[in-house]
Amino acid sequence: MGNVDLEHADMNFRKELARQPGGEKISACFMCRTCVASCPISAVNDRFHPLRIIRMALYGLKEQVLSSDFIWLCSSCYACQERCPQGVSITEFMTLLKNMAAKEGHMPAGIRAQLDLVKGEGRIYPIDDFDNKKRAKIDLPAVPTTCGVVKELFPE
Amino acid sequence: MKYAFFLGCTIPARSRNYEVSARRVADKLNIELVDVKEFICCGFPIKASDQRSSEIMAAYNLCLAQEKNLDILTLCSSCGSALTEAAHHLSEDDNARDEVNEHLAGAGLKYEGNVKVRHFARVLFEDIGEDKIKEHFQKELSDLKVAIHYGCHYLKPSEIYDGFDEVEAPRSLDELVKLTGAEVVDYQGKKKCCGGPVLPVDENVALSVTKEKLDNIAVTDANAMCLVCPFCSVMYDSNQKSIESEYDTTYNLPVLYLTQILGIAMGFDRKALGLNMNVVKTKELLSRYFSKE
Repeated sequence: MGNVDLEHADMNFRKELARQPGGEKISACFMCRTCVASCPISAVNDRFHPLRIIRMALYGLKEQVLSSDFIWLCSSCYACQERCPQGVSITEFMTLLKNMAAKEGHMPAGIRAQLDLVKGEGRIYPIDDFDNKKRAKIDLPAVPTTCGVVKELFPE
Repeated sequence: MKYAFFLGCTIPARSRNYEVSARRVADKLNIELVDVKEFICCGFPIKASDQRSSEIMAAYNLCLAQEKNLDILTLCSSCGSALTEAAHHLSEDDNARDEVNEHLAGAGLKYEGNVKVRHFARVLFEDIGEDKIKEHFQKELSDLKVAIHYGCHYLKPSEIYDGFDEVEAPRSLDELVKLTGAEVVDYQGKKKCCGGPVLPVDENVALSVTKEKLDNIAVTDANAMCLVCPFCSVMYDSNQKSIESEYDTTYNLPVLYLTQILGIAMGFDRKALGLNMNVVKTKELLSRYFSKE
């Protein structure tokens, strides 16, 4: 990593985060790296580094964080959150960042596809008649092939 | 004992072996599973992109259970965590419940906040217990050496699971597997994630996480893996071949659901437990437990 460029830092980002679930306690981070040591993703790929993401957020590097691809590498396994000695809800914080990024239109294609599928069809693997045939063969009950209620839950 | 049976999305489409074996085991133990065909996705897959919608979907499912006056039983750990988390949040936070109920009103429903959610393995460990399970065993699974994978959302975040097991030293699945006479084999990185949630983001990263655990099990004398989540199974069973060819290695490690292991001990046959649907073949490993095949 080179120098941190604070010229475009958004000093309100930290406050914006602190107001939302998951972001309340990030300023308590004292950089012990327990999160990094516990992270199964950091263990195989150095693009993902929870401590660095927390620092970037605290420095107000909003645009850099929210438009990054690395926040999406968090597997939401909660290993870091369970072990954080400062009680930072790191996994929930990552979810908060991903949600904010998604709202601004930054979302990996696979994540967008899942969102459209789930909110459109009500299932991530929609069931068809062929699935139900395979289910019937081993005496499993049929599962509906359509889901109308998502339109009632999410109008428009 | 009676539960609304929450299958979720992955199980009815891709993990019928888990479903069929779980139904057999539940039936044997007198756990009545009520199918609710109106259940939709638990919301977990969209938590990363749209947490609010995710909770609305979870709450809708909780409402359907509430209508039947039942608690929910899940087989999938991710479904379990999404529904348990929503149940916790909405029982404690009246404002959040009011907000969610505005959406549920569109479907003519209102959530009161009292439904409980339990993973099947938790019910076996906590409520059914050793003695009642062992009563139904007909076979001793000696020679089976099992590497257990707890996965993440079966136990975490711990604050929603009432301390039924220890996150840093989990034992519920170890104890259930040991009941069958099988040996539980310890290995490095036992508590680590399968990598599954990263699959739609970066397949290489996800499969490297999966591979690390397969490597760690390969150096032990374990001859099978045991898990309780269909998405973990997608990573270790369905993707095992592609990891082998990508990295030019061989594991040939059968991946069994807890309910299949218990079901073998209960004397069910191979097909009744969906063992013919496991991707990594189980026939050689398990032949000693089945008579004429």
